[in-house]
Amino acid sequence: MSKPHAIIIGAGFTGTATAHDLALRGFDVTVVERGPIANGTSGRTHGLLHSGGRYAVKDQESAIECIDENLILRKIVPFVIEPNGGLFIALNESDLAYGEEFIESCEACHIPLERLTPQQALKLEPNLNPKLLVAFTIPDGTFDPLRLAMSFAATAKKNGAKFRLYHEVKSLLMDGKGTVTGIRLIDRTSNEEFDLHGDIVVNATGAWAGEITAMAGADVPIKPTPGIMVAFERRATQRAINRLCEPADGDIVLPQRRMMVVGTTSFTAENVDYIPIVEDQLKLMVERAADLLPGLRSVKLRGIYMAPRPLIGSGTGRSIARTFKCFDHKETHNIDGFVTITGGKATTLRAMAEKTSDTVCAKLGINVVCQTKETPLISYRQFYTLN
Amino acid sequence: MAEKWNITLKIYRQKQGEKAHYQEIKMDVNPDENVIDLVERAWAFHDRTLTFAHACHHSTCGACGMRVNDREKLTCITSVRSVVSNGGTLKVEPLRNFPVVSDLVVDMGELYRRMDLVGHQPVNSDRAEAIQPEFRPAGPAEPGEDFIRLSDCIECGLCMSACPVFSSTPDYLGPAVLAGAHQAGPEKNPSLLNLVDSATGVWRCHSVFECTAVCPSNVDPGWRIMELRRKVVGDRIKTLFNPRKTAQVSK
Repeated sequence: MSKPHAIIIGAGFTGTATAHDLALRGFDVTVVERGPIANGTSGRTHGLLHSGGRYAVKDQESAIECIDENLILRKIVPFVIEPNGGLFIALNESDLAYGEEFIESCEACHIPLERLTPQQALKLEPNLNPKLLVAFTIPDGTFDPLRLAMSFAATAKKNGAKFRLYHEVKSLLMDGKGTVTGIRLIDRTSNEEFDLHGDIVVNATGAWAGEITAMAGADVPIKPTPGIMVAFERRATQRAINRLCEPADGDIVLPQRRMMVVGTTSFTAENVDYIPIVEDQLKLMVERAADLLPGLRSVKLRGIYMAPRPLIGSGTGRSIARTFKCFDHKETHNIDGFVTITGGKATTLRAMAEKTSDTVCAKLGINVVCQTKETPLISYRQFYTLN
Repeated sequence: MAEKWNITLKIYRQKQGEKAHYQEIKMDVNPDENVIDLVERAWAFHDRTLTFAHACHHSTCGACGMRVNDREKLTCITSVRSVVSNGGTLKVEPLRNFPVVSDLVVDMGELYRRMDLVGHQPVNSDRAEAIQPEFRPAGPAEPGEDFIRLSDCIECGLCMSACPVFSSTPDYLGPAVLAGAHQAGPEKNPSLLNLVDSATGVWRCHSVFECTAVCPSNVDPGWRIMELRRKVVGDRIKTLFNPRKTAQVSK
């Protein structure tokens, strides 16, 4: 019997990770992406390898996903990660009060933490706000967004997956019985159109998921929720610095190469193809970053960027859970051959791919277990050097 | 309110099998925006057939290198103000010395292949990467351990595009690759010394330092090539008495 052919739309974190998972499970995989790898939300993430601490109090499901996946990624793709840990710091009484709940919640989510006095914290990171009241260490890290996605893509390619970059989906091909059988594509490097047939089409387009499902007459409850991030031209810490408070605007500053990056905000956008920079948010980010690391106030800005998170649900902004969901459109809209994976965050990309691949296998009646937890990825560079 | 300028964005366009031409788009811009924002807007609102490479938008990935008004730039950190005046023309073209895939997109596979060849490490001990005296350095990691840093080199290819030698001699390893060899540590690897001590290695460089001038990420390839020469000469003197191993770097 020939291998089943999976078409994956989108070469961001979920698309590349799902390509890797399905290729390991013996699928023929084709990934189509209208631009280069990780040109949407994935490339423009903060770069925080979450310990889960940020979600532990309000969203334990996401927090546990984060700590589990954090430990796996450190093992399978160490060459794109700065694994230097993180700190949560309290700057006022209300932060301190939150701290009690934070300790209990982290323990419940098996996120290891250690309490530090201000003196201990300042010894570790001398550029912290000296007015801090207490600090906790947690196993955060920083990752290189593009190279993380490319490492999954390179490994998928080694296992036979094909990548068609700069190829945009024009429409979904459907048979008369409401089953998706493939896609119509345009090769944007030559403007030629052609069809591609598959046994399953996976929509891994994140914040753009609704545009693809609309081609099949279906909708998904995606709320693209952009946020701003600002990069400073100096590195001031080795660890990611989090404000010890409920998720809020500009609550995380983290190091990346020679920079510090602060983020983020949370608002809704109509057009996710281009999200303009809002000047007030930029000012707010600089202020928030300087609350945590006062020295940043005098540092030149290097980059300012926006990215739309693909949040699932009907709430607004930060009240929406950060977990992910895989939709089998046979169940949601009686459309077969078509699944959508969306929501989640960068840190959980592997788990999202596992869930999606499980769904795909179940639909096609294939019984192969996931191997991505134990499979080390190959160098991102091989994405370009493999034929 | 943000300042408002009007400029002409002049974009290099070329699809496979077609001749290159330039497309001009008049745009209202904020001079503090970066060039990549204009290119992305050109695609989002003016012409959906435009292709360009980009990912992180804050200079950590190296994907968005282009020639901007005839100079290699990382477009996500290049402000409009720094390259054009109000009413002027801002020209964007693909990097040189790499094959054009489509419009502003080039194929940088050869650079990645060579970075692997010389064993450049994408993460490294923080002591191996430069320090920043402006801030107080963090306390030590665990006793006996270093912090890990993503490498300064983001493999953007700007130096390879700006290098006049690479442009006439495709076999020349090129500035990013020689800098990568320097970072990988030739003293630890004799076959690496053989690779760079050659007519396509450090001796081909004309010391123009265009690479260092365009590097957006503090790698300073020109300086590293000179350092590599010093190491090669030092090693040659040593090997007068104790011959160097001749093993080649394998692919």
